[in-house]
Amino acid sequence: MAGSKEIRTKIKSVENTRKITKAMEMVAASKMRKAQERMRAARPYAEKIRNVAAHLSYAHPEYKHPFLIKREKVGNVGLIVVTSDKGLCGGLNTNVLRMSLSQMKNWEGEGKGIAVTAIGNKGLGFMSRLGANVKSHVTALGDAPHMDKLIGPIKVMLDAYIAGEIDQLFVCYTRFINTMKQEPVVEQLLPLSGEQVGSAEGHWDYIYEPDAKVVINDLMVRYIESLVFHAVAENMASEQSARMVAMKSASDNAKNVIGELKLVYNKARQAAITKEISEIVGGAAAV
Amino acid sequence: MAMTIHIDVVSAEESIFSGLAEFVAAPAAMGEVGIYPRHAPMITTIKPGALRIKVPNEAEETLIFISGGVLEVQPGVITVLADTAIRGHDLDEASATEAKRAAEEAMKNKSSEMDYAKAQAELIEAVAQLHAIQKLRKDVAKH
Repeated sequence: MAGSKEIRTKIKSVENTRKITKAMEMVAASKMRKAQERMRAARPYAEKIRNVAAHLSYAHPEYKHPFLIKREKVGNVGLIVVTSDKGLCGGLNTNVLRMSLSQMKNWEGEGKGIAVTAIGNKGLGFMSRLGANVKSHVTALGDAPHMDKLIGPIKVMLDAYIAGEIDQLFVCYTRFINTMKQEPVVEQLLPLSGEQVGSAEGHWDYIYEPDAKVVINDLMVRYIESLVFHAVAENMASEQSARMVAMKSASDNAKNVIGELKLVYNKARQAAITKEISEIVGGAAAV
Repeated sequence: MAMTIHIDVVSAEESIFSGLAEFVAAPAAMGEVGIYPRHAPMITTIKPGALRIKVPNEAEETLIFISGGVLEVQPGVITVLADTAIRGHDLDEASATEAKRAAEEAMKNKSSEMDYAKAQAELIEAVAQLHAIQKLRKDVAKH
């Protein structure tokens, strides 16, 4: 029984792999549920802030925030790339990065300069290997996105926009459609288009404290931040479900491999037994 | 029954409070404001502090600590957009500077030209690998 020991070891090792992928699948499943809840929890804020911004832009047509003004000539663009920190989640990051890359290629073809903010380890690694101009980055976000980690990196981009270093700002992330389906999207953040702000139902002006400009400025920054935050939250939900699916198929695959190996093992065992019997029978016949 | 106004307290990370209130006190930028139902439309930034909400039929006021944000009063509804982090011009500036510095550090040893071809090749390879794995899996399933 020559190969049987090796086969046994191999079965054992595949079984161990399967245990790990199975565990990762279950962890991802529970994390996914939480991430989805978090994604939903972030929605009311974005909606409310959007309503307020809509009211403001109607009530205050004389003051236009720089974020709302469309620039005629677009020299440089900013891109916020949202990826995961960890791998083993199927094609999630690859798809996002491929999409950003093709966008960047287009922009470069049009002679535009590109500044990048990388959210997540995978994106940062890719962008620095690519040699892109990474203005800011944030990694190690953990399982729950936190605003305080995002404020700095986003502000770098917003400052660049106000200073005129970039004339458009985009975000690229994975949109969560359902557990089985996620797709990469590129959305424009700045300048805010009219439809993004929406229209107000009623018409009234506010009492402003301290004054309109301060309030609008504060609000606009928060609006952009909430959009990015939402993108990050959505990306995290996508990451967990992509990982769950990837790990599930890995476990299934391991199961198949184990089945095959067991078949081979049993065949080898049977062959050895048959051989032994025929030897004995042969020996007995000789006597 | 006393008059009430609907109040929503939301932050980017979660919805904190939603319900009716008889009275709301908030730490506004120019000093504390008290809001009763039918208050004139108002919008103000708020400082870190406690938001006090008097909920009908409850003796105690509900206290919510917020680290700043924006308060909006519309006819019939109050919206508090709470920050999840302590904000301030200097603090924001500091975190932006820090983020910039970290990025510059990370970019120190980069090549000057963007190598699209190489990057694309890398990604295509990754995708091809994924496809190959999927195909392999299908083949295995067939047998």
